[in-house]
Amino acid sequence: MPGEPINVVGPAWAIVALLILGGLALMASMFDGVLAARSSSGTSGALRQSTRPFDEAARLMRQRRRTTVKADRPLWRIGGAGLLVAAALMVTVVPLGEWTLFDFDVGVVWFNAMDVMVWAVVWLAGWGANSTHSLVGGYRFLAHNLGYELPLMFALVCPAIAAASLNVGVVQSAQENLWFVVWMPLAFVVYLIGVLGFSVWGPFTPAFGADIAGGAQAELSGVDRLLFNAGRYALLAAGAAFAVPMFLGGGAGPLLPAWAWTLVKTLVVLAALVWLRRKVPAVRPDKFMEIGWLVLLSAALLQMLVVSVVVVVGS
Amino acid sequence: MTLELTLILAAAIFAVGLYGAISQQVVVMVMMGLELMINALILAAAGFWWFVAPNPTGQVLLMVILAVMTLEMAMGFAIATLLHRIRNSDMTDMATDLAG
Amino acid sequence: MVVAFIILGVIAILSGAAVFWVDSMARATYALALSFIAVGVQVLFLAQNYVGVITILMMVMEMAIMAVYMVMFMGMNPALMPMSMVHSKKASLIVAITTFVALTAGILLIDWPSRRGAPAADVTAALGEALMGSKMLVMAVISPVMVATIVAGVSLAHHRTRYDRFGDDLTERPARDPQPGGVGR
Repeated sequence: MPGEPINVVGPAWAIVALLILGGLALMASMFDGVLAARSSSGTSGALRQSTRPFDEAARLMRQRRRTTVKADRPLWRIGGAGLLVAAALMVTVVPLGEWTLFDFDVGVVWFNAMDVMVWAVVWLAGWGANSTHSLVGGYRFLAHNLGYELPLMFALVCPAIAAASLNVGVVQSAQENLWFVVWMPLAFVVYLIGVLGFSVWGPFTPAFGADIAGGAQAELSGVDRLLFNAGRYALLAAGAAFAVPMFLGGGAGPLLPAWAWTLVKTLVVLAALVWLRRKVPAVRPDKFMEIGWLVLLSAALLQMLVVSVVVVVGS
Repeated sequence: MTLELTLILAAAIFAVGLYGAISQQVVVMVMMGLELMINALILAAAGFWWFVAPNPTGQVLLMVILAVMTLEMAMGFAIATLLHRIRNSDMTDMATDLAG
Repeated sequence: MVVAFIILGVIAILSGAAVFWVDSMARATYALALSFIAVGVQVLFLAQNYVGVITILMMVMEMAIMAVYMVMFMGMNPALMPMSMVHSKKASLIVAITTFVALTAGILLIDWPSRRGAPAADVTAALGEALMGSKMLVMAVISPVMVATIVAGVSLAHHRTRYDRFGDDLTERPARDPQPGGVGR
């Protein structure tokens, strides 16, 4: 295999990985705060709003937990904290330049399995509260899942076919000469739509819609709400970080070391995803089903055919 | 880890699933019992693969088990929906037309 | 390793038993999901990374959908009400315990053969080559069965026929669907 070898670092480095993930999530939420302030009150003083996540976190930490009648407490707590855990498990297989925590031979499938965990977690957050509106939100999210998950899977398969491996490190080093995003743009776009989907972000927010009083997070309060929303930003960050070794050549780039390039690319993708939130309309789950299965799935399959033909002809 | 240990764990899961599949009245719960039995099959097949014959054929068998599980779920849900719509019931005891 | 393996096995058994024990549909479904995750990790211990991870992936997905059906069909049992909907409980228990005892006796008494051959260097690649080579017939048979299942499942579960969608002479376009699709058909 070409490219620099992937070095596995010790488990103690997991703390660093978590800090990086937390930092990325924090930057995403600060950027979102700035964008929110800009869209509501113009450019003046928008930058000052970047502290908004801290204020919000402080407020939620002091807030007392709301209780509901006959709540399914254990499942509700799992729903509140699960997103962060899923995001943390996702980044274990993402190499930072030449280091990785977990050099897993089926890392791509691992990432996929973790994003499926989000299905369960968001539904549980909706179910646990024993409240109609939050359960409706949970169902909306499951309906969205059915639409975006299969295209996302096929999009993830494309780089794996091209690299002839499910190991994220090998996929990264297979892009020495040409980034995969250049010849699999469709897969990249479908993948990003999937990231928006499993982070319940942008077009996929009807699960938290105002028409159902906040949906799956309607009854979440205090620390639970903080963890849940931090988990959404962390998932967004993990999705952006995973796009870098899969499509954007990993740490490849001039001047800067590999780890720095990985972070820079992650930040760019993350910023784009956060920015998209205010630019794309929400899609209703029932309408998205057809978009997902007819448009996105065909696009991903077509991309896979192109990739397969290129790989067979090229070898 | 030995083959015996793996198989005994699998047998226990299988017995629990068998109890559920026989005793439950609701179609969906019967399906859960069947799923649990197939779960035990996965573990047992993986154990046999690792401890007796670690060649690709065993893995293909596992893929077949997974495929069978999805088929079981799909048909089970379809029949449960049909039963629910036509008879407004979801109990196996009320769907005994074919019983001898 | 052995201890972790046994703990996972016990988790799988206990959460499997919890499926028929707990009083809530959601808890029962996700107990089953936990059982599958534990078995999936055990399969990872047995060096089949691909199969283990794919088991976790598929089963969490399946249980998320299963929960919807559970709530839909067992609506008479609100979340945390005690529920017991079993028949021939004693007989089932006897059958289950007998099966377990018989299986365990067989497992302990049989003189298992020793290991033949060694696993391939890349187990996942070996699986892929088997599926696309010598064992291709397996997948070739499964795919039409899957398609047949999809068609049969939809036609069983769906109460609307093509006449409901396209009118009596099948000429009505776009179809009369209760939910409009997103691509404007």
